[in-house]
Amino acid sequence: MRPDARLGAIANMSLERRAWNIRHKALRMGEVQGQGYIGQALGIADVLAASYFHALDYRPEDPEWEGRDRFLLSIGHYAIALYAVLMEAGILPEEELETYGMDDSRMPMSGMASYTPGMEITGGSLGQGLGIAVGMAMGLKRKGNGAFVYNLMSDGELGEGSTWEAAMSAVQHGLGNLINLVDFNDQQADGKSTAALARVPEEAKWVAFGWHTQRVDGNDMAAVVGALDRARAASGDRPRVIIFDTTMCKGVDFLETREITHFVRVEPDEWAKARAVLDEGMPQ
Amino acid sequence: MTLASMKRKYEPRTPAARGDGLTTSAMIASLAAEGYDTVAAPFGHALVDLARKNERIVGLSADLSKYTDLHVFAQAMPDRFYQMGMAEQVLISAAAGLAREGFLPFATTYAVFASRRAYDFIAMAVAEENLPVKIVCALPGLTTGYGPSHQATEDLAIFRGLPNMTIIDPCCADDIAGMVPAMAAHDGPVYARLLRGKVPRVLTRHKPDYKFQLGKAQLIREGGDVLIVSTGFMTMRALDAAEALAADKVDAAVLHVPTVKPLDTATILAEAGKGGRLVVTAENHSIVGGLGEAVAATLMRSGVTPRFRMIALPDAFLEAGALPTLHDMYGLSVAKVAERIRGWL
Repeated sequence: MRPDARLGAIANMSLERRAWNIRHKALRMGEVQGQGYIGQALGIADVLAASYFHALDYRPEDPEWEGRDRFLLSIGHYAIALYAVLMEAGILPEEELETYGMDDSRMPMSGMASYTPGMEITGGSLGQGLGIAVGMAMGLKRKGNGAFVYNLMSDGELGEGSTWEAAMSAVQHGLGNLINLVDFNDQQADGKSTAALARVPEEAKWVAFGWHTQRVDGNDMAAVVGALDRARAASGDRPRVIIFDTTMCKGVDFLETREITHFVRVEPDEWAKARAVLDEGMPQ
Repeated sequence: MTLASMKRKYEPRTPAARGDGLTTSAMIASLAAEGYDTVAAPFGHALVDLARKNERIVGLSADLSKYTDLHVFAQAMPDRFYQMGMAEQVLISAAAGLAREGFLPFATTYAVFASRRAYDFIAMAVAEENLPVKIVCALPGLTTGYGPSHQATEDLAIFRGLPNMTIIDPCCADDIAGMVPAMAAHDGPVYARLLRGKVPRVLTRHKPDYKFQLGKAQLIREGGDVLIVSTGFMTMRALDAAEALAADKVDAAVLHVPTVKPLDTATILAEAGKGGRLVVTAENHSIVGGLGEAVAATLMRSGVTPRFRMIALPDAFLEAGALPTLHDMYGLSVAKVAERIRGWL
C-alpha cells in the first residue's frame, strides 16, 4: 500500500501540490538559516514528490520497516530537500522545520543517517551512494525482499570513478531492484557539469554499461511519473537509471536566472519575495 | 633533478654478490622461522567454520580472493561470496550496504588498497556509521618484496586515526583462527591485517593455552631484563630473539598486543610499570603512527616512564627485493632484533 492511500482526504492532493509543498518547506528552512542549497531543493522537488507520493512504498510511522523501498541521498547537501519531503510524508514532524541546521537539530545541513529518521545513509562524500545502494540491493535480493533501492545522485557525481565501479557492479550482480536517479541540473561547484566530466551524452554511457536507461524532464510531473513507472515495471535484472534534466531554483523565476546557482545567494529580504513568487503558482 | 638522473644505475654483479640466490617473493611462508609448524589458509578455513554457524556472514573480494585465502570460503559457499572485481571503492561501499541490510560482510583485498584507495569509503560508508564491516587485508607492512606499491607500511597509522575502527595485527595462525569469530562478534567495523598461505603456528607453541582475545594484550614470555611489546608477526621475531638473548643471559619478556586499537593500556602499563626493565616496542609498520607511538603516548600520559626504544620500519618507501634480505636490511629479522636490544642494554 502506498502511504497516500492511507492518508484519507489528503490522498487526493496532486503530485504538483506535493512538489509545491516541498518547495515551500525548503524555502522556509533556507530562511531559518539564511542560506542553504535551495537551488537544488527547488529543482528536485518534482522528482521527490513523485518518488514519495507515487513510487515508494513506506510506512511514515515506521521509517525502518523492513519492507520499505530504500531511498538513499548520496548528495548529502540536498538534505534540505529530503527533510522537506520527509515532513510532507509524515516521517519528520513539521514543527522541526524551524530547527534546520541549528545546534542539536536532527536536520544538519548535510544529511547523516544517525541524525534523521528516514535518512538511510550518510551522503556528502560524493560518489558513495551508488556503491552503498549496490550493497543494499544485493542484501535485499539475498533476503528475498522485493523492495527497491533508489539512489539520488547528482550530475557532478558522474565524475567520480566510484560511480562507475558501482555501475559495473550493479550489472554484474543483476540488480534489477536498483533504481538510480540522476539530477542533471548541469551545475557543480565550479560551474557547468557539462564543462567538466559530464560532456559525453550521459544516456549513452549508462546504456553502454548495461543499464535500463531513461532521460526525461525532471520538472515535468507526468514525465517523471512515467519514467518511475517504467523503471519499476521493467522486466529482467538490469539495474535502472533515470536521468532527470532539472532547472536549479525551479519555481522561483528571479532565482532561476542567477548565474551561479550551485550555492545560490539569497539576500535576507528575498526569502519572502521567493515565497510570494511560489505562492502565485500554487497548484490545487 | 631530471627523471633520468633519478633512475638507478645498473651495476654488473657476479652471482656471488646476489647472496644465496634469494628471489623476490610475496609468499608469507618465507617469514616462518625454523621449527614452526604451518597451517594452510587459516583465515579462509576459520571463516568457513564460522559461516556454517552464522548465516549473516558473506564474503567479498576485489579480485584478490586467492591472495587473501578467501577462495576457501568462495569454494565452500559460492552463493555467499561476491566477486567485486578490481574495484576497491565499491568493494567497501557494497559491504557497507550489505551490513545495512543485516549481513556481516568480510571484505578482502591488499592492505595498500584498503588503506590508500578505499579510505574515504571505509571512513564514511563504514566507520562513521559504525557498521559491522570486517576488512581483512593481506600484505601488511613488509611482507612482500614488490616494493611500495604492495607494501602497506603506514596502514596502522591511517586506521588508528579513524574513530570507531578496531585494528588487529595477528601474529600467526593461532591469532587468525581466534580473531575471525571475535571480529564477527564485535558490533562495529574491524580492520585486520592478514597473513595468508602457509602461516606459522607460533603462539600456542610458546604458550599452549594461548587464545586470542579481542582488545587484550597477553604476556607470552616472562623475563626480567627487557619487556618487548610487540604486534603482528614481530611477536614471532620477538620470541625468537628472546631465545637468542637468553643464550647471552639476557632475560626478555614478550607482551603480545594483537589488538592495536583499542589498545590494552591497562596491561601495557602494568607490565611496563614493573620497574627496571627496558621497554622495546616491535612492529611490522612504519615508525610513524603505529604500535610504538601508541605505547609511547600511553606511557607518557600515565607517568610510567621506563627506558623506551622502538623497533619499526623507517619512515621511507622501502626497497624491492627478497623478503629475508629486506627484513635484515630494515631490522625486522631475529638477528637484527636481538642485536639492537643487546646494544640498548
